[in-house]
Formats: sequence, C-alpha cells, structure tokens
Amino acid sequence: MRLTRRDLLVSTAAAALAGTRPDVSSAQEQPKRGGTLSVHLPGEQRILNPAIRASTGVYIVTSKIVESLVDLGADGKPTPVLATSWEATPDGKTVTFKLREGVNWHDGKPFTSADVQYTALELWKKYLNYGTQLQQYLDAVDTPDEHTAVFRYARPMPLPLLLRALADLGYIAPRHVFEGTNVLENPANTAPIGTGPFKFVQYERGQFIIAERNPNYWRKDFPYLDKIVWRVIADKSAASAALETGQIQLSTYSALSLADYDRLKKDARFDVSSRGIEANAFNNTLEFNVRRKELSDVRVRRAIVHAIDVPFFIENFLYGRGKPATGPIPSSSPAFYPGGEVPYAHDLKKAEALLDEAGYKRGADGIRFALKIVPIQNGEDVPLLATYIQQSLSKIGIKIDIVNLDIAGALSAVYRDWNFDLATGWHQYRGDPAVSTTVWYRSGSPKGAPWTNQWGWQSDAVDKLIDDAASELDTEKRKLLYADWVKVINEELPIWMVTERQFVAATSKQLQNHHISPRWDSSDWHDTWIS
Amino acid sequence: MRFLLFAIRRLAASVPTLLIVLAGLFMLLQFAPGDTVDALVAQMGGGDSAMMEQLRKYYGLDATATVQLVRYLTRLVQLDLGFSAIYGKPVIDVILERLPATLLLMASSLSFAFAGGLVLGVLAARRVNQWPDGVISTIGAIFYATPAFWLGLMGIIIFAVNLRLLPAGGLEEIGAGHTGLRRAVDIVWHLALPTATLGLIFLATYLRIMRASMLEVMTLDFVRTARAKGLAKATVLRRHVLRNALLPMVTLVGLQAGTMLGGSVVVESVFALPGLGRLAYEAVVQRDLNTLLGIVFVSALLVICVNFLVDILYARLDPRIAN
Repeated sequence: MRLTRRDLLVSTAAAALAGTRPDVSSAQEQPKRGGTLSVHLPGEQRILNPAIRASTGVYIVTSKIVESLVDLGADGKPTPVLATSWEATPDGKTVTFKLREGVNWHDGKPFTSADVQYTALELWKKYLNYGTQLQQYLDAVDTPDEHTAVFRYARPMPLPLLLRALADLGYIAPRHVFEGTNVLENPANTAPIGTGPFKFVQYERGQFIIAERNPNYWRKDFPYLDKIVWRVIADKSAASAALETGQIQLSTYSALSLADYDRLKKDARFDVSSRGIEANAFNNTLEFNVRRKELSDVRVRRAIVHAIDVPFFIENFLYGRGKPATGPIPSSSPAFYPGGEVPYAHDLKKAEALLDEAGYKRGADGIRFALKIVPIQNGEDVPLLATYIQQSLSKIGIKIDIVNLDIAGALSAVYRDWNFDLATGWHQYRGDPAVSTTVWYRSGSPKGAPWTNQWGWQSDAVDKLIDDAASELDTEKRKLLYADWVKVINEELPIWMVTERQFVAATSKQLQNHHISPRWDSSDWHDTWIS
Repeated sequence: MRFLLFAIRRLAASVPTLLIVLAGLFMLLQFAPGDTVDALVAQMGGGDSAMMEQLRKYYGLDATATVQLVRYLTRLVQLDLGFSAIYGKPVIDVILERLPATLLLMASSLSFAFAGGLVLGVLAARRVNQWPDGVISTIGAIFYATPAFWLGLMGIIIFAVNLRLLPAGGLEEIGAGHTGLRRAVDIVWHLALPTATLGLIFLATYLRIMRASMLEVMTLDFVRTARAKGLAKATVLRRHVLRNALLPMVTLVGLQAGTMLGGSVVVESVFALPGLGRLAYEAVVQRDLNTLLGIVFVSALLVICVNFLVDILYARLDPRIAN
C-alpha cells in the first residue's frame, strides 16, 4: 500500500478530468472486436433461468444468454428486443406483441410465438417470483401466427406497467427444451439455452461461468466481445483485490464493501458510480410489528422515526451514498415520484413528547419499554443500522435488543413466525410500485410470504388505492392514485423507509459502452467492448 | 494382513461416532430458524407463498423432522448421500468436485507447516536461549496470533496488488486451457499464497512442539551415551535426537488434519478457492442439509484416514509401538 504523493496527485487529477469529460476518448475510438470480459459474481446461483428466477444475481449472468421481450433504453423507456412492437386494446385486457423474425435459439431451432406462449403461461405464471403476481390475471396467450403473441387478461393491465415489468420479468425460455419435462429439474436451468449475443459454455461450481460469442446473433456483427467469464468471489475484500489486479473488470450491485468503493473512487483506473443501475433503487427499512401494543399506536411509531438522525447515518455509515427517503416511491422513479418532504425529521424533543402523550412514561431506570429488532441482512449496512437504531432509541428511553440471525433465519422469524417487534432490512423498488412495493402495504398476503405486509397492519383505504392503481389504465390518474397512497402511508407509517439508495458498480475504464442504460448490468452487453 | 485387520477395526469403531455426529447435526440444523426455501427466496429477493410451498414439497421439507431423518439414514445405508438443494445434483458429485482443491490445499500447507516447523524448531533448540531462538520463537508467535483472513488479505495486497507477482485468487487461470505440466505449474502458482497463509498459522505450533521435544530428548541418557562414544554433534542430532523428537509432531499432524479442514473456510473464501470449507459454509447459510451432512461424512472419513496413516507412521518411527 505504498502511495507516493505524486501518484496521489496524478490519480486525483485524472479522476477529476474523467469526471468532467466523460467518455471523450471512447467516443472517438472505433469499437474493437474481441477480448474477454471478467465479471465478479459474489454468490453461487442455484438456477440460471431468468424465466423462473427473478433476481439481479441471475440477470447479471443470464441476460447475456437469454433475452427478454423488451429492455429499458437509455431514456428509461421500454425498447424492443424479442418483441418489435406492442399494442393494447382500449379496455386494457388484450395486449398484442409482434415478435422479431429470423431469430434462432442457440441450438438452432427458430424462435416463435409458441415459445412466448409457453413461457408466459407455464413459467412466468407458475414459477417466476413477482411474475406469478404480475401475471395472475393472464388467462391465455393466443398465437395467430408464428410472430404474433396476444396476451389476454381477465382484468385491465396497464401497458406501461406490463412493459416496465417485462424488462425484468419477460425473459423467454425455449418451449422445445422445457415442454413435457419437470421444469425445476430441467438441465437447461443451469446450462441455459437462449437467443442472446452470448452462448453458455460452462458452469464450474464455486469457480466460474463462461459464455462465448454467438456468431449467429440476430443483431448483425454483434457482440463485440469474444467471451464473458463470471468469477465467483465470495469475500468482498478479495473481490476488490481481484479488481485491482485486473482479474475482473466489473463488480456491480454493491457487491464490494462500501469502504472499498470509497477507496476505488479515487483510483483513476476505475469508474465507481450508480449510473446505469438506476432501475434498481432500494431503501433501508424499519418494519413495525403492530401486534405489539406499544407499536400499534401511531404516535409511538412516529416517535421512533423522529429519534433517528438519518442524514448522520448516511454520512457516517454509508459514506454519503444515499439520502433520506420521502416515502415508498424513490425520487429516481420520475414516472411515479410524488415529491414532498421527509415526513418525520430528526427531533428528539418531539419524540419524547409523543411517547409521553401516548402514555409511556420513563420508568425509574429511565426506560419506557423494551423492544427487539431483527436485522434482515441483505447488506453490510443492515446490522450497522440496527445498532444505530439501538443507540438512537436508548436516548428516548426505548431499550432495544438486537436479535442476530442469518438471512434465512431472519426471514422466517419475521415473515413466517411474526417473532419480532422491529425489523430492518432492504426494500427493492423495481421501476413500478405495483411490481414489488405495494405488496409491503396491501393486506391479505398469505403468512410466510417474505417482503410482504406481515406487520399485522391493515387499512381499507390503502388496499383500495393499491387495487385501483394496479388496474388504472390512464397514466396520469395512476400517478395521482400513487401520490394519494404515499400520503396515507406517510401518515400511518406501517413501515418506515429510512433511506433511499442506489446500487454501486466499480468498472475498469478499459471497458467501453458500459452503464449506458438504467439496468445495464442486467442488459445483454451486445455493444460492450474492451479497449 | 495385520494392518488390514487393524484398519477394519478402526473403521468399525468409528461407525457409531459417525452416526451420532450426523444425527446430532441433523437435529442442530432443525433448530436453526429458516430452511433452504427461505434461503433461496432470500437470494431471489422475493417469492409468493404458493411457490414456496411447491418448493418445500420439491425438496421434501413438507415431512416431519423424524421422517426426514429416517429417510436420510435409510439413504445413507445404501451409500446414497442424497440430492443437493443448492446445486441441483447428487451431493456425492458436488463433494467430489470440491475434494481435490481441499486436499491439495490441506496437503501442501500441512507439509509446509510440518517442514518449516521442523527446521525452525531444530534451529531454535540448537541455539536455545540465544538470539536465533528468540527471533524464531517471536516470529512464530506473531503468525500464530494473526487471524487467517487478515494474513491472507495482506498477502494479496502485497504480492498480488502491489508487487504483481502472484494471482489474487482462484485455483487456476480460467479458460486458459492449460494442460499437463503447464497446468500443474499454474495451479502451484495460484496455491502459493493460500498455502503460505494457512501453513504459517500452523507453523508456530509445530515449531514450538519441535523445539520443546528436541530440548527434552537432548537431555536423555541415550543422547549422552551417543555423545560419549564420540559422535559428531550433527550426527547425534540427526540420527538420535531428531527421530525421537518427531513423535509428538506426527501426533499433531493427525490432530490438526481435522482443524485444517475447518480452518480452510476462511482461506478458501479469501482466495476464492472451490474447497470443502466454503461448500460447508454455503450449505449452512443456504440450509442445504444434505450437502452439509455429506461434507461432515466425508470430512470424518478423511480425518479417520489421516489418523490411520499417523498410526502406521508411529510404528515406523518407533518400532516399540508396533509391538
């Protein structure tokens, strides 16, 4: 770790330059064909089939091999991939997709509407997480010809919602490989066959996954890269070392430690940024179990929120990456973000007053009551926030015990056994509140479903707003419904969105055309190249 | 023939131990909150309860714990370790894939620690209480007190990031397509840092044992006799002292073979090596019962084998034990 002052000056100057004049050099250079891109894979994936598993860990590999009907373009709007155009009837119950012609699966068979029909009805509707919910009113997919798929819904489906969701939940699997087999045991789940720019080659468990250039890709003369290698590196510090030695060129979705991102930010060889990952925003959360008498009182919930200094937490624990949330819809989602202020600012006096008013006076030992908090450890900052909450609440006389479990244990404790008073983890916002956000507030979710409303809290008004918005076809009206919904939520505070954050990626500057669309890490990388 | 009988007796004696360990571990994991479906859903970032029920059925988790245990033991008797939930293939395949890396790392670092400890221990004993002894003992204590992950990371930062001499991790260069000797050299090059990390931590123990046992043997009567009959100092050390002082070292190897399997979780994670330790860790986090029980089973077999070899070695070093 020897660093001379000269090195430091040179690198900061270069970083400053790179910051002010982005990609000047790359814009002038001709894209170069060839080369191998090595990517960090923080954990083992059980299944490499995005048509039955929706998660960034699956997309980061499979979106190069398997393709979706649509993706998000640089402007954040849906762009054609396997679907070339789409149209909805005025009643919103029928959506017609025209499909791309002349596309072949990696095994040589042609891609047709039969593949779309099979995938939608047999995989998305039955197995895909979030897909089962999104497609619950999908009755049938008609295939009038080989390149037309007509989705028929029992209830109106807003087209913008469907398209935005399909960027993640619209990957198509080959019917001829899956039909008539046990879907969960199909070998193509770990050796994917798709239509994408790269063909699957090898998955060596615990070590690496390799995909190579598909010479017959439908986008002529693409992709540029010859090969992509994903290296499994579980240890965060080892992964940053691999990045620094050039063993990998990309680590994304906040897979490195925040301290390392902060350090690599100053290194001229890397871009450290949230650009190109905007489509996946997330929040730190605080869940209240309102079955607990004290927490059923909204004044107590508000007091707890007033007691926590969020800007301080962000500055000192998150290296300034993030901002206090103003509600469940993040500001990075302009289509739905209603604006507004942070609902309950840091104010210890007010917190104490609210608790006194609710009738929970301090006892002889200064303690009003005790609660236990279960951290759901999605990321390194979750236990930090739990500790920070513990310390903050001790100031207003609430004693907190932290229950440490690993993530499987925490999920079952909170969502299956309801064995918690407070819980803290991450909420992921996936572009539209109806995809994975409103389930945190809608009542009626079966016991045990993780990341849904299991807080014992219910509101008819909120349920109605959620249902109305999910099937409202008018985009403006839909946005207004969600604005009303956010207002009620902030008033009632069944859970609290503490921060609003984005994932971070560290990318080697050798990589060109990177992070150019809002979900770039989960896109197909057909035009990415190495200089 | 006598060895074979001895081997069979040893193996038979370890069967009850194995059963108790496996059943105990099974019970322990039942107490851990959450099952493999919870872990899977955590990894996916969400899932509805119908899908989760379907998966529980698929993994056979809808039965009671007793039924699951009986099922497992019945399969085990037929030498079937079951199906891994994380990897979607038979546990035995998963373990066999990982075994070579673990064995390689274990064997190389154990040899390194043993050889280094032996040499340094003898050196320290020869110059007891002089400065070489002081230096060697201090260095040994420092490595002994250093956590493995820190030592590994510092090794990476110095030798891979700064000096660029060695690779930062992995078992071999991916997709390079090396074969034969070239591949062997590549693997050695990749294993240098992890071997040093794991070996240095154990080195201190060997060093101290060797030093103490040398010092003790040197005061024994037969050494004085050897010296009295006019043998050179080096010959006395090599032929008379060393051989007798080695016995406790060999005992330690047998004991530490098990520790090394566990200790390599950290080293395997830091150096991204596909070994059994990391597999075990992953299996616990993902609540993959079959894989975890399979690893315990195989590790126990490994430890039994190593200890068996140690017993044979004893007999070679000291013929009195064989009789």
